[in-house]
Amino acid sequence: MEQQFDTSKIGMWLFLATEVLLFGGLFVGFGLMQARYPQEFIEAHEHLQRPLGSLNTVVLLISSFTMVMAVQAAQRSQKKKLIVFLLLTILCACIFLGVKYFEYSHKFEEHLLPPRWYHAQPGDTVHDPSTGGISHGYGTFFAFYFMMTGLHGFHILVGIILLSWLVVRANRGEFSKNYFTPVDLVGLYWHLVDMIWIYLFPLFYLIK
Amino acid sequence: MEHTLTTKSHTGDRPRPAKNYLTEEKGIWSWMTTVDHKRIGVMYLVGVLSAFFVGGMFALLVRLTLLTPSHKLFGRVLIDAQTYNRVFTLHGAIMVFLFIIPSVPAALGNFVMPLMLGAKDVAFPRLNLASFYLWVTGAVMAVLSMIFGAVDTGWTFYTPYSTTTDGAVTLMTMAVFVLGFSSIFTGINFVATVHKLRAPGMGWFDMPLFVWGIYATAIIQVLATPVLGITLALLALERVFSIGIFDPKLGGDPVLFQHFFWFYSHPAVYIMILPGMAIISELIPTFSRKTMFGYRAVAYSSVSLALLSFIVWGHHMFVAGQSQLATVIFSALTFLVAIPSGVKMFNWLGTMYKGNISLETPMLYAISFLLLFAIGGLTGIFLGTLSTDVHLTDTYFVVAHFHYVMMGGTVIAFIGGLHYWWPKMTGRMYNERIGQIGCIIVFIGFNMTFLTQFFMGSKGMPRRYYNYLDQYQALHAFSTVGSWVIGLGLFMTAANLLASLRKPYDAPDNPWGGTTLEWQTSSPPITHNFEDQPVLEKAPYDYRPEPVAH
Repeated sequence: MEQQFDTSKIGMWLFLATEVLLFGGLFVGFGLMQARYPQEFIEAHEHLQRPLGSLNTVVLLISSFTMVMAVQAAQRSQKKKLIVFLLLTILCACIFLGVKYFEYSHKFEEHLLPPRWYHAQPGDTVHDPSTGGISHGYGTFFAFYFMMTGLHGFHILVGIILLSWLVVRANRGEFSKNYFTPVDLVGLYWHLVDMIWIYLFPLFYLIK
Repeated sequence: MEHTLTTKSHTGDRPRPAKNYLTEEKGIWSWMTTVDHKRIGVMYLVGVLSAFFVGGMFALLVRLTLLTPSHKLFGRVLIDAQTYNRVFTLHGAIMVFLFIIPSVPAALGNFVMPLMLGAKDVAFPRLNLASFYLWVTGAVMAVLSMIFGAVDTGWTFYTPYSTTTDGAVTLMTMAVFVLGFSSIFTGINFVATVHKLRAPGMGWFDMPLFVWGIYATAIIQVLATPVLGITLALLALERVFSIGIFDPKLGGDPVLFQHFFWFYSHPAVYIMILPGMAIISELIPTFSRKTMFGYRAVAYSSVSLALLSFIVWGHHMFVAGQSQLATVIFSALTFLVAIPSGVKMFNWLGTMYKGNISLETPMLYAISFLLLFAIGGLTGIFLGTLSTDVHLTDTYFVVAHFHYVMMGGTVIAFIGGLHYWWPKMTGRMYNERIGQIGCIIVFIGFNMTFLTQFFMGSKGMPRRYYNYLDQYQALHAFSTVGSWVIGLGLFMTAANLLASLRKPYDAPDNPWGGTTLEWQTSSPPITHNFEDQPVLEKAPYDYRPEPVAH
């Protein structure tokens, strides 16, 4: 059993490494484009709603805490506590996605979108010398914003599904101090998803 | 063909078990739901060989089109330029993503590696089956993309052409995305297996070198493939939503695509060649009856190739508008690759030196590999050198170089390995003589086809072109005839292997006198691999005669 637990953990850590590299490509792309359009990126980021972003950061940090408590409850065979903390984690995840929904709809209304659909905003000062129109850099910022937070949001969604699956299994009494591998592994996944947000938040909301 | 030392290790005298992994359960459903690594390996084998067949047909069609500058056969134009672009793209994409990348690790590796470790299965058997179904899904998507207009971008999907062409690029890139995840899961599985499931007594440096090679490959699969995944996802988003990352019209950077693509695809070259080298490291000691010369050096060279593979991607882009400093650094780093490759070559030769060499089919493939890979590797140095590369970029020289490495290296090693483990997988011996002749024909045909292309390339024939000047006619025609010779050799080989399946079981447990654990179980193995948990008592490749009891 110990052997299987170790093996699963190795597998999970390797999977998390692939996740880091998956996002890594986007981080590198963001960095390169920011170097190309520094002024546009700063002006564009003013349109993000910093209070909502901060709220989501706090919500995810709390969810990491409730996840740790859930793992601990599983290790101590405390079934009721495990279920409560799993449900709290799911609640945090849902709040996160709800806030993200409001942020996204605000962007769509204001046409803060990738280059093809981006509409010039009052504060935009940089022009494209070849066309005289507004620089593509503004749209590029939002292309990365939607791709990176979108991919992250997808991971939150997957997390909700995994956590719900844990609730069902915990309710059947499948976890105890002798067997809690799935809780532990989903916990690792959840912390990674949180951590990616910890990097995304300053990258987009706190550029200046 | 005498094996004076090995009479003891031919364990054909043990009675064959009543049930083996092929006969334990019956019916198609038992195969489709199996979690047995051996059955999954066999299913992968059928899959990748089908892909090899399709990709091979496209290759023959490409060569046939180029037979004459007018592209006419019996007075009719064979295929037009647009179709030609699609055919060579499909050849490349199918061969790389559906055949070579999964060929050795997922098919042979799946079957052999747990046996070599003395394990019952891989670490995550269900994940293994899931990887296979992801492969199937990717293959189906690739086939669908052919029906819906096919891709004409070349297998590298370079932007901005790939974001503007009409072909079914989105579907094909999504197919490759899915295939990538199949590859990632296989990699995760194999790393965990090697770490955790070695037989009692087997330390890291008691592992067969095949396992070392597969392990190094798995690390690259895990670390590089996600970047390809995100790159192709971005390309698809670029096509569907015009997100403006790669498209210069929307402020994007097409060279960024090349960086991302080669950050994966250069390591992918090592995903393809390392397992080939791993097979050769098994064949050479076995058929030379000698301990592997410099075992540790070969093991370390696999890992160092894996690491180097991540820092040389820029050598694909010497003329793509990279900074001068970057090209010089990438060129210098590229030369470093020659060191671990050379270490391997010399250790294989050192193993053969004064060995008791027998030229059975697998060994003939191993020797072919040494000759072809030497040419493929050395011509790589021409391309890594800045001044010559500017002249040779995008010519047939590049085509010849990577075919010498990919086909002359990996595919030849794969077929050699297939012959080597065929008795273990199927319980049958193939006809030795036909196997040897098939190998020699493939070797001759291969050199006819691709040595010619080095000459064409150095004379300036660009790759991927439909039209060519009359001055290249003779060389093109010679190359095309060579492709028919390869086809003939491969057809003979396939017929020979398939014909053996009609016979009753006749393979001994250890037909070649191998020293690794997979030869200690029956042929074909039982479902749980070993009757009793094997314990490693001797290091691999120990061919010293047993002490004689007085």
